[in-house]
Amino acid sequence: MITIDAKGLHYKELNKIIRESIASGIKNVFLENVNGQYYIGDGIKGDNITITVNGVPGNDLGVFMDGPSIIVNNNVQDNVGNTMNSGKITIKGDAGDVVGYGMRGGRIYIRGNAGYRIGIHMKGYNEQIPIIIIGGKVGSFFGEYMAGGVMVLLGLNNSEELAGEYFGVGMHGGAIYLKKKIDFSKYSKEVEFLEANDDDMAFLKKYLLEYAKDFNLSSEDLIGGPFYKIVPSSARPYAHLYTSSSL
Amino acid sequence: MTKSSFTNIQSEYLAVIDHAKCVRCKRCIQNCGWGTYSFGGDKIIADHSKCVACGRCYTYCPEGAISILKNPTVMRENGNWQDYHIKNIWRQSETGGIAISGMGTPLKYKKYFDHILLDACQVTNPPIDPLREPMELKTFLGKKPSKLELDFNEDGQPVLKNPMPPQIELSTPFIFAPMSYGSISLNAQKAMALAARALGIVMNIGEGGLHDEMVPFGKNIIVQVASGRFGVNRDYLNSGVAVEIKIGQGAKPGIGGHLPGEKIGADISRTRMIPAGTDAISPAPHHDIYSIEDLRQLIYAIKEAINYEKPVSVKVAAVHNIAAIVSGIVRAGADIVYIDGFTGGTGAAPIIIRDNVGIPIEIALAQVDQRLREEGIRNEASLIAAGSIRTSADAIKAIALGADAVAIGTAALVVMGCHICGKCHTGNCSWGITTQRPELTRRLDPEEYGEKLYNLINAWSHEMKDILGAMGVNSIESLRGSRERLRGIELTDSELKVLGIKHAGM
Repeated sequence: MITIDAKGLHYKELNKIIRESIASGIKNVFLENVNGQYYIGDGIKGDNITITVNGVPGNDLGVFMDGPSIIVNNNVQDNVGNTMNSGKITIKGDAGDVVGYGMRGGRIYIRGNAGYRIGIHMKGYNEQIPIIIIGGKVGSFFGEYMAGGVMVLLGLNNSEELAGEYFGVGMHGGAIYLKKKIDFSKYSKEVEFLEANDDDMAFLKKYLLEYAKDFNLSSEDLIGGPFYKIVPSSARPYAHLYTSSSL
Repeated sequence: MTKSSFTNIQSEYLAVIDHAKCVRCKRCIQNCGWGTYSFGGDKIIADHSKCVACGRCYTYCPEGAISILKNPTVMRENGNWQDYHIKNIWRQSETGGIAISGMGTPLKYKKYFDHILLDACQVTNPPIDPLREPMELKTFLGKKPSKLELDFNEDGQPVLKNPMPPQIELSTPFIFAPMSYGSISLNAQKAMALAARALGIVMNIGEGGLHDEMVPFGKNIIVQVASGRFGVNRDYLNSGVAVEIKIGQGAKPGIGGHLPGEKIGADISRTRMIPAGTDAISPAPHHDIYSIEDLRQLIYAIKEAINYEKPVSVKVAAVHNIAAIVSGIVRAGADIVYIDGFTGGTGAAPIIIRDNVGIPIEIALAQVDQRLREEGIRNEASLIAAGSIRTSADAIKAIALGADAVAIGTAALVVMGCHICGKCHTGNCSWGITTQRPELTRRLDPEEYGEKLYNLINAWSHEMKDILGAMGVNSIESLRGSRERLRGIELTDSELKVLGIKHAGM
């Protein structure tokens, strides 16, 4: 275990200390007084490694991360879990824009709200399924170009508008689950709005229980249905956009 | 208009078989990826409408019995309305689709390389004989210090005071241009990897991830990160000699890419990490890059992930404001900037973009090099020029205009048999290059074509040495950005000014 006082440290120094600590076999890293440092946990790899962040981390938290866990006791800024491969990020506050861009695996749990372009171009392949669960509401372009993985939007905190404009535009893989029914008529015609079935709920249960435990929420309240499911209407939304040129 | 007359006029070429020579071996049926040929009981029958003039059939016909002719059925000639305008209107009116094609623009725009002449020595400053004298083509790509500060060690030998930033070492100033697994076959990638390894240069893996079988070639691979982030993870970033962020492509500046679902089989699906059969969509922008500051953020996210041990490159298309854009990219921390010109190739692009958007590489290079020098930051990044380098002369002119190295894409495919038929987007390439159909890809032998690629780059390097010798310099470094050794011909004053060269005779 190591505790690092991040006060006044540039991200380059801070991340170097984190990388060196992990390389030396330390499994628990506590960061105090974090104040906007970028790239915390960038590209770190390994099992049973946990970084606990006190303060507000800067952009690209957990970018390219492969295995470890990060717990943030406050809000986070933009690009959390950018192109993350595996591991887990738990955020007790709100998250900024572009969470989990191109994410390929692992979990991101956000207790509060999140900004624009959450989970865009998430991927998934066989057993590798990235999961994002958001407690509150999200901004526009939720799940844009989503190609795989699963997102859950819980709408706790009695949010009135669950999501902004352009929900699921260009979505061509994966699934989005909602705990509240929304009027989907104004949204993308590239997706379908369904009621979640027993298989869906069996899949989600494990993650929702973990989410409830992480944030001290009542698991009955969280799992109690019904849930709604949004899936792409086609794996090839733009297949008919083109014709072969004669030149 | 009846369907049949429409189809007939669409036959660009006629596949004509000399039945007196034909021995009915059916090799043409087997070789054609387009289904042009079939056996009609006693003779080979050709469906002309399917022929794209890719050249595979006559190359492999043992009797020389096949001729591919341009369809003599003429459309009424009109200098303004070319037949491709008319045919595309017909096609688009039937399908409502965006007209797409493969390869760089086939339209005859002015090629500035063809209007630039090289200098040579006569009498006063003698040429150098490259067969007798050492001639250095070695090239290092990466940020260079603004000045060299030396210390001396115990033995009195000079050593650098500050560590040199990470570099890619090339034995000769060529790299193989980014072409992804998906747009081209794994065997085509392997051929380039084998050649790159034998030559001591690098290939760029493109944006489709790194197939398991390419991993051993890591020391000769630049890995790419594009907006689709296919196959990108920590290990991928660390598996090559450099990481490139792809922002744009010369054939399609400002737009993204869609690899069609029918090209996404099990292997590509695993390499790109998307389900089989889904379109692989690269959005037009990286949605985490909306500014130079955001680009800097991604550059340094990658540098952190690779522990600052390798250079980071940024690839952009040559567009109107390219000098200011590249200045911003260099200031954002890129160690290499790859500039792809207007005529650069593509696996698929809307022709309306390909044929109308961007600027030629020659002009872009001259402007970028000039701007970076004026700003005192030319040493901060190396420049790679691309966009149909057709000869070693194009390459050496590009270097004299300011490039550190050039990238070879289309020329490398031509080595593998490509006849530039421009149908890469269909996935039917008879040469096994831009296809994933196993019966087609297996005919591309990586070793055979790796050797041919090796030969080509070797030949061009020898030619380059000849030119350097003629110019009286013994190192490619001495020619870099040396526009005094270039002269323009048949160019206007504005063109000469923008290229930063004098007219021939001056």
